[in-house]
Amino acid sequence: MKKIINTTDQILDQMVDGIALANQEIVERLPETNVIKQKDISQQVALVSGGGSGHEPAHAGFVGDGMLQAAVCGQVFTSPTSDQVYEAIKAVDQGEGVLLIIKNYSGDIMNFEMAMDLAEMDDIQVGKVIVDDDISVEDSEFTQGKRGVAGTILVHKILGAAARSGKTLDELVTLGEQLVQDVKTIGVALSGATVPEVGKPGFVLEEDELEFGVGIHGEAGYRREKMQSSHDIALEMLEKLKQAFDWQAGDQYGILVNGMGATPLMEQYIFYNDVHQKLSEEGLDLAFSKVGNYMTSLDMAGLSLTLIKLNEDYLAYLNEAVDTAAW
Amino acid sequence: MFTVDNTLTALKAFASELQEHKAYLSDLDTPIGDGDHGFNMSRGAVALEEALNEENFENVSDIFKTAAKTFMSQIGGASGPLYGTAMLEMAKASQETAEPAPIIEAGLKGIQKRGQAITGDKTMIDVWEPVVEAIQKQEISEALIDEAVQATEPLRAKKGRASYLGDRSVGHIDPGAMSSGYLFKVMLKAGVFDE
Repeated sequence: MKKIINTTDQILDQMVDGIALANQEIVERLPETNVIKQKDISQQVALVSGGGSGHEPAHAGFVGDGMLQAAVCGQVFTSPTSDQVYEAIKAVDQGEGVLLIIKNYSGDIMNFEMAMDLAEMDDIQVGKVIVDDDISVEDSEFTQGKRGVAGTILVHKILGAAARSGKTLDELVTLGEQLVQDVKTIGVALSGATVPEVGKPGFVLEEDELEFGVGIHGEAGYRREKMQSSHDIALEMLEKLKQAFDWQAGDQYGILVNGMGATPLMEQYIFYNDVHQKLSEEGLDLAFSKVGNYMTSLDMAGLSLTLIKLNEDYLAYLNEAVDTAAW
Repeated sequence: MFTVDNTLTALKAFASELQEHKAYLSDLDTPIGDGDHGFNMSRGAVALEEALNEENFENVSDIFKTAAKTFMSQIGGASGPLYGTAMLEMAKASQETAEPAPIIEAGLKGIQKRGQAITGDKTMIDVWEPVVEAIQKQEISEALIDEAVQATEPLRAKKGRASYLGDRSVGHIDPGAMSSGYLFKVMLKAGVFDE
């Protein structure tokens, strides 16, 4: 393992300080916690998200006016503890309530829900939206259900803009639940990620292999295959998405191509080009695009493709300007 | 019977077991999870050791309460809330009784409520449940604990991250079951289950 760190037990603390120092116009570290919060929060429902670290710029990079009011940073690939989430909720509540945006992982759900219980005992109104956009895993009673991955960023953006526009907590929960249905993601990995404390990759792919459907912590995907061209990878992933959305020519969609950490932007744009071409051939109206590293997995090579079925409201919210480090 | 002495002895021994076996627990977690169960538990164990050495405990309930708070605030992931809730429920139950069966059963119920898993899902419950039964029948032994831990190996996971692997989760011991096994063995050794 070769990483630019000091000691493995100080990774989280030092990263959180770095984020706060590098973006001090926008955010600050909530003292004695691993919470990054927006400096000056306007009167609105406050949004709190977070999860394990190692997904930078998610989630702290999306804290700021128009997106999240706080991000809770857990240990690497480990959800934050409930007391940290609770501190974040207390710090950002403006009296209008707090909305938690949670990715569908058992640890995240347990810790965020425990924090919700604690905050409600303080008479803080708290709502939640659980994002489960990863269509590569089955949503069955025999699994934990679909995972929350890169599509979460679009949920942050749309709900963030909606919260800023003055929507109530209940309205945001309703909007969020609908929105989660309209966002779907699928990933592909070319290599595994190395958690610093572990010191070796979570899984190993041979030089000529890739794996479709991996999660953002290197969870196994649905199929391992020989390496293919960007064009063929795009076809496989779009086929899955097409089945999930059942789109018709003329439908309006947005695209998020997200790098997993070790895949250069050059490759992400090549892949975007393939996706855009194919979807244009299908007759879709592609009204929104984003390419880059938004929800990474440490040093994993690979990318994910998120599609969002747009409507006028979503599109307007997506296009609103925000003041964050990473949107 | 839980006493202040044997509860403290057991939990301190649990903390050192977790630190000693952190690499092994993480190795168990690598093929079916994300490889950090040992590191997470060990972070909680270091804090637990400190917290237990700091205070003078007058009753068993306060010891479990301290363990609950420490695990919830230090571990994160799914293990923090699950172990934390178990300890919290055991703290509540030990205000009423010193008998191990109802206390550990309260912990089991806490885990079930928090994690929504049932027997056979390949989770820590697959150890907690047979252990509770064995204590009730006064048949608890090191061999029985080991057997319960090993019995998670052929199961197909239905909860947690391992559930995404489907059939590929078969053939691996559940790391949460293993760490739970350590907990019950140190309790056995400390004399908690003696008459």
